[in-house]
Amino acid sequence: MSAAEPLLRVEDLRVEFHTEDGVVHAVDGITYQVHRGRTLGIVGESGSGKTVASMTTLGLTRSQGARISGRILFEGRDLLALSEAELRAVRGNEIAMIFQDPLSSLHPLYRVGFQLIEAIDAHRQVSKAKARERAIELLGLVGIPDPARRVDDYPHEFSGGMRQRAMIAMALANEPKLLIADEPTTALDVTVQAQILDLLERLQRELDMAIVIITHDLGVVAEMADDIAVMYAGRIVETASAELLFAGPEHPYTWGLLKSIPTLTGSRDEQLVPIPGTPPSLINRPSGCHFHPRCPYAQPDHARIDPQLEPVPAEPTHHVACLLDAPTRRALWGELRAGRMPDEALAAAGLPGEAS
Amino acid sequence: MSARAGEQPGSAFGEESVTVAAPPGSPQGGVEPLVRVRDLVKHFPITRGIVVQRRIGAVKAVDGVSFDVQRGETLGLVGETGCGKSTTARLITRLLDATAGEVRFDGRDITRLKGPALKAVRREMQMIFQDPYSSLNPRKTIGSIIAEPFAIHRLERGKGERKRAVQELMEMVGLNPEHYNRYPHEFSGGQRQRIGVARALALKPKLLIADEPVSALDVSIQAQVLNLLRDMQRELGLTMIFIAHDLSVIRHMCDRVGVMYLGRIVEIGPGDALYGSPRHPYTGALLSAVPVADPAASRGKRPTLGGDVPSPANPPSACRFHTRCPKAQELCSIEDPPLQDKGTGTEAACHFPLTPEEIAQIGVRSRG
Amino acid sequence: MTRYIIRRLLWGVLLLILVSALTFIFFRVFPTADPATLRAGRLQNPKIIAAIRHDLGLDKSLLTQFWIYMKGIFLHLDFGFSYYSSASVKSLILNRLPATVSLVLGGAVVWLVTGVTIGIISAVRSGTLLDRASMGTALVFVSAPEYWLGLIVLYLFASDIGVFKIFPGAGSYVPLTSDPAKWFTSLIMPWFVVAASTAAIYARLVRGSLIETMGEDYIRTARAKGLTERRVILRHGVRSAINPILTILGLDIGILLGSALLVETVFNIPGIGRLNYDAIQHSDFPIVQGTVLIAAFFVIVANIVVDIAYAYLDPRVRYS
Repeated sequence: MSAAEPLLRVEDLRVEFHTEDGVVHAVDGITYQVHRGRTLGIVGESGSGKTVASMTTLGLTRSQGARISGRILFEGRDLLALSEAELRAVRGNEIAMIFQDPLSSLHPLYRVGFQLIEAIDAHRQVSKAKARERAIELLGLVGIPDPARRVDDYPHEFSGGMRQRAMIAMALANEPKLLIADEPTTALDVTVQAQILDLLERLQRELDMAIVIITHDLGVVAEMADDIAVMYAGRIVETASAELLFAGPEHPYTWGLLKSIPTLTGSRDEQLVPIPGTPPSLINRPSGCHFHPRCPYAQPDHARIDPQLEPVPAEPTHHVACLLDAPTRRALWGELRAGRMPDEALAAAGLPGEAS
Repeated sequence: MSARAGEQPGSAFGEESVTVAAPPGSPQGGVEPLVRVRDLVKHFPITRGIVVQRRIGAVKAVDGVSFDVQRGETLGLVGETGCGKSTTARLITRLLDATAGEVRFDGRDITRLKGPALKAVRREMQMIFQDPYSSLNPRKTIGSIIAEPFAIHRLERGKGERKRAVQELMEMVGLNPEHYNRYPHEFSGGQRQRIGVARALALKPKLLIADEPVSALDVSIQAQVLNLLRDMQRELGLTMIFIAHDLSVIRHMCDRVGVMYLGRIVEIGPGDALYGSPRHPYTGALLSAVPVADPAASRGKRPTLGGDVPSPANPPSACRFHTRCPKAQELCSIEDPPLQDKGTGTEAACHFPLTPEEIAQIGVRSRG
Repeated sequence: MTRYIIRRLLWGVLLLILVSALTFIFFRVFPTADPATLRAGRLQNPKIIAAIRHDLGLDKSLLTQFWIYMKGIFLHLDFGFSYYSSASVKSLILNRLPATVSLVLGGAVVWLVTGVTIGIISAVRSGTLLDRASMGTALVFVSAPEYWLGLIVLYLFASDIGVFKIFPGAGSYVPLTSDPAKWFTSLIMPWFVVAASTAAIYARLVRGSLIETMGEDYIRTARAKGLTERRVILRHGVRSAINPILTILGLDIGILLGSALLVETVFNIPGIGRLNYDAIQHSDFPIVQGTVLIAAFFVIVANIVVDIAYAYLDPRVRYS
């Protein structure tokens, strides 16, 4: 919606890993963008490619067996074309990343202050004293009480929530323009999660930072994200603003996610509708639409044709990769939202049964 | 006081006259609850010393917990890290020994049972655990894992009989019986949890305790396992204790819910009442912290609970929650509030329970 | 932390007492022959035997003998008297100690530096030809018996009998204090032999430990911070990977100090191992008893040092 240039623009990113078992198509042609001061939420489960995509942004997936193609434009520069040294200047500096488990993501044998100072030192020339001051300031910024004392503690002396705050402090050390948060609250208690999400929102406002938050929790993206991309088997299957996505999701996988999670607000007797089957192998992906084996509404030719992302009628910023036509999808979601089971919705929408 | 059954193994469970006052959070009188926990305490000692280890304190993991579980119902225990819910479960199944208090199962006091008597009781209560990757022995085939309870309790002697029984179980939980000879690593996380369920149900226990059974699974698989547990409960008439930190999951699965904080139950009651009109400020804080999958509903500013959970080795005086409670007053640090019926369906341990306005503030995020 | 150290030290003292008691049992209680005769070894001279009997107080009760024995060790560091060498065991051991310490500590430095370096390189270049070659060579050295390696090295490089005549041959050891240069050169080949197999083992250990460490989440964080790969490997990877190695190092040194027998023999270095060997040949009980005590002492001390060092190396351990 913003007319300004996006801060980060990922174009047709593909990441393959050549392993002994075959080629793992971790990321299979995704395109998205993030603007300054806004949050993009990437939703997906294990094997969706969400983490590989973000690690590739920082060049952390470059290795022997990896084949990466596409473009990742950060303020106009293609990160994929940068040398290792140039990329290092960006990491932890203009783009920072925080990870899921703060206990294992911080070095257990070095003090928290040391690790913070290291992050500062890597990109700035400051005296030791100044760096330490800044470290204490950062810990205070993220809401750690008594930062002057805690800066000399070891990670295991912090509680889970405080550790994640310390990680955030480390990531913000050099005031990055973009923060990538990979499942930042999954390992935390729910009240701590709320604190951390509040913290991230506040910091985003204060620093005008762009955030990419990766999670499997639809509640978290609903709260945090302005725009959402749903990933499945290495592809983006649906993308829209948060309002549009939750008001009218268009992809059967998104429906499946929404219907399979228990909520605090729906009827307690409503059945959870799981998505049948398991996430696909990224080496031998299903033919045609990658979701078709698990899709209750799949038609015979969905096993042959591979859908591309296309805009939803009347919602040009809402894209979905699905072979069902728009009116059918609207009808199906209408049924599902009213509490019907997938097979009932199928019948009500007048579609033939599952693909054989 | 009422008579107690003798503790001989295999004897009929003794007469227990239900004349004691109604226990917390349960309907008046009626049938004997399957599980009755009274003033359960578990303190893990902290020792220090150079030559001789002196006890200088204790981690008060469970600090006076009482509740009942009626036959056929599902009780949820919810709380955050360190609240003692997992410890409570282990105390009930006697994986841990209680420091004080009483656990009664099917009318018998099992708190200090040992040996064959305990083993007999263990047939009737089973547990499934959180991590599907480490709770199955990687060196055994799943057939032998599921058959192990039969072996331990010397049932279903014949090899053929045992295999048939195992395959029946596998089908019941949605696994392909032909995979009898496969190893755990050949299965996905969700399937491994099913194996755990099959093993737990092998002896047709009366009580099933599920300790965070879906926390380690992908979202789309969680629903599969939750549905399986619900189906199994209905089919086998199981009583369940379901432990989780995810309030939505608990709401969906459980008839009654107990909220725990620092080793105590702070609120307990039927699901509808607890979620619809929570009275304890901590329950309110938990509910208000849950992110809602609906951008329209959640964009209001809601109060977040600040601070960290105090150490269970040094819990606050009187009401454990008073250090973080937005409604705390002087009384709260002096007098320990008892668990009491607050008139809106739940029992809460609070001097200043949430008012309807405060409840509405949390409820403003939910619809219908 | 202090409590931890004190506890370890107290345990160490307890162990030393226990070991001394055990040596007493082994060397005085178990032997069915007349202890005095045994002590005399090859010198079956009645006058000497009588003197021994008097010294050992063999007419007194076993308990009194034990008490005298323990008092001797702990208060006077008196390990007995070797009638064969006509010298106190203590003086003999102290005489030979520097040589063994030179050999073992020097060897330890060599094996630590070589092992760790090769291990790191192999880990970082794991899977390549370099990695396979170094691990293969490591295997060869681990399999080679010390004395064989020692002899080969002598036959190749010793200045007296060797093919290439580079280093001083066997028997050329001099103490550090008398001629530092000669001390150093005479130990080069022995150091190599002592270090060879251990360096190989350490290389494999470091390689395995580092490969595992580099897969940890905090390495990913370090890279995400924009640190150079070198810093990530050395400061973050090696720092964690090295902990188990350092604890083994302490134990290895402790054990070796009491038993560097083969290398000392091949290179004719007058150390404790050699002393022990000669004493066994001459049935010189007192010396053997003394060396057993010294060896036990080194191992116990090494254990304590390692335990304490580990608490410094890993802050998470301190709270136990």
